[in-house]
Amino acid sequence: MSLVSVQNISKSYWRDSQEIRVLTNISFDIAEGDFLGLMGPSGSGKTTLLNLIAGIDKPTKGSITVSSTDISKLNESELAKWRARHIGFVFQFYNLMPVLTAFENVELPLLLSKLSKKERREHVEFALQIVGLGDRVHHYPKQLSGGQEQRVAIARAIVTDPTVLVADEPTGDLDKVSAEEILKLLERLNTEFKKTIIMVTHDPRAAERAHKIRHLDKGELS
Amino acid sequence: MHILKLIFKNMLRHKLRSFLTVLGIAIAVMAFGLMRTVISSWNSGVEASAANRLVTVHAVSFIYPLPLSYQDQIAKVPGVRKVSFANWFQGIYKDKDQFFARFAVDPDNFFDLYPEVVVSPKEKEAMKNQRNGCIIGAKIARTYNLKIGDLMNIDGDIYPGQWQMQVVGIYHGRDETSDETWMLFNWHYLDEGLKQASPGRAGQVGWYIVDIGDPNQRAAISAAIDNLFTNSPAETKTQTEKEFNQSFVSMSGAILTAIDVVSFVIIGIILMILMNTMVMTARERIREYAVLKTLGFSSSHLVSLIGGESLLISSIGGALGVAITFPITSGIHKVVPPQWFPVFNLETMTVVLAAASALLAGVLAAAFPATRAVQTKIVDGLRQIG
Ligand SMILES: Nc1ncnc2c1ncn2[C@@H]1O[C@H](COP(=O)(O)OP(=O)(O)O)[C@@H](O)[C@H]1O
Ligand SMILES: [Mg+2]
Repeated sequence: MSLVSVQNISKSYWRDSQEIRVLTNISFDIAEGDFLGLMGPSGSGKTTLLNLIAGIDKPTKGSITVSSTDISKLNESELAKWRARHIGFVFQFYNLMPVLTAFENVELPLLLSKLSKKERREHVEFALQIVGLGDRVHHYPKQLSGGQEQRVAIARAIVTDPTVLVADEPTGDLDKVSAEEILKLLERLNTEFKKTIIMVTHDPRAAERAHKIRHLDKGELS
Repeated sequence: MHILKLIFKNMLRHKLRSFLTVLGIAIAVMAFGLMRTVISSWNSGVEASAANRLVTVHAVSFIYPLPLSYQDQIAKVPGVRKVSFANWFQGIYKDKDQFFARFAVDPDNFFDLYPEVVVSPKEKEAMKNQRNGCIIGAKIARTYNLKIGDLMNIDGDIYPGQWQMQVVGIYHGRDETSDETWMLFNWHYLDEGLKQASPGRAGQVGWYIVDIGDPNQRAAISAAIDNLFTNSPAETKTQTEKEFNQSFVSMSGAILTAIDVVSFVIIGIILMILMNTMVMTARERIREYAVLKTLGFSSSHLVSLIGGESLLISSIGGALGVAITFPITSGIHKVVPPQWFPVFNLETMTVVLAAASALLAGVLAAAFPATRAVQTKIVDGLRQIG
């Protein structure tokens, strides 16, 4: 049985009462422990598809089931709770809170849990250790390099031990060396910690790291 | 870490902006406090009026005098306990700018009717026994450095001539709101002067002050007094002291209303200052709010984040404003001539109102940006270039 099941989904946006069809009738499955690469040219709908799976947007048609929950049926607040438990999101531009230290940024999603202060500290330290930033705990985002910022963002995404880790062009803003490190880290999270990962990229070398690759073009999957 | 820490750190993100907002609110709160204090001091004369005192004046206008003979007649009206009288003397002391109330009063019982004027029996007796004796308020004594035994030369205007009074007593106000800027002198001094200079004006008083035992009887007693003098050459109009005082205050009513209105406009300004900051702040953070929502934070979290920051800024501004209002009101009270505002106290109610306005502004200023942050879709927020 697959962990994520995408069934016949379509997604349209409306601008000035004009329909923009972004995704048409897409279906696929992701098994637990998979590392899926989603490729495609810019504007093909990769981010949109990822957002639907992560539950931050809703499909116009079709259903998405993640570990037997049909998330297209959840309302806003149920969805928020569901995301906090099941999804770790890594953005292209890191999206860390500039006023918070690395530690506090990683701690942020744990504020929604029932963990004690001490337990939170342990989780945060562990996550930062995994991403190799145990020595940058009290640095602010602007005191870190792009690669380090992205590693903090990954720590923030995994600290809740989510069901699925989704990454939208995680190396898109990084130089070659840093990009390589981030990809190695994701690979390690997949092999060593058995994380299910969906990664959007248009970089073929990034896609090589994934076990499976799907191509999206003009809203259709091939 | 706690969500409070994030609120605090957010507030310190643009230190200059937050500082200026806090300062703007503080100054506005201070201006509000000051204006309310001006209004309440202006009204304090009215509020200090006693319910058991009636004032009888000439029916045409209080500037016309009444015959002294009315005193005994009024005293016989059932319900009346005591009758005293006074004349508005005015005159010029030192120069025209030294304005404070100067009355010729009935030395026999004026003080019996004004328990808020606290003066020793010895001093009262001295005024009774000395033709040109006067008793002055403590504030006047301080301002002009007057002691018992000092002479006060007054150039008469309503009552022309040179008058010389001698200070035989200094009174204190019973309450904080009591006026300590009166000069009260023996009415017989005025009357004897008039007998010589213009005998036609002698034997007359400006108004009567009537002590009634039961304030509930005021309407009946007022009517009874005025009935005594109907169809006489000097008909009377009897009112409560409060109504009488109000007729003075209402002369400056338009200014008072203007200050009143402006003081509430200031609350609007507080709101605008803060709203401007909060709208700007929230717009810059649309993307961060989208990220927080992605992490699973709910609408109520965003509302407390934005509302908390707004309330934090407004309460710091409000507290600072209230804190600076105290020294500023007492500073102003020291600087302006005491007779302008015999009483100039920052009332608790004003402080409460000022602080509450700042807090209310904090809530209202957050409402619009918080609504927008909640309603913005995550995907739209994330697409914002920030
Ligand atoms: N929130 C939105 N509102 C309107 N149009 C959108 C929105 N998000 C994406 N689109 C449109 O959908 C198309 C696909 O966008 P996206 O999923 O971001 O593509 P990709 O990530 O593959 O570059 C684009 O044409 C984009 O303009
Ligand atoms: Mg994209």
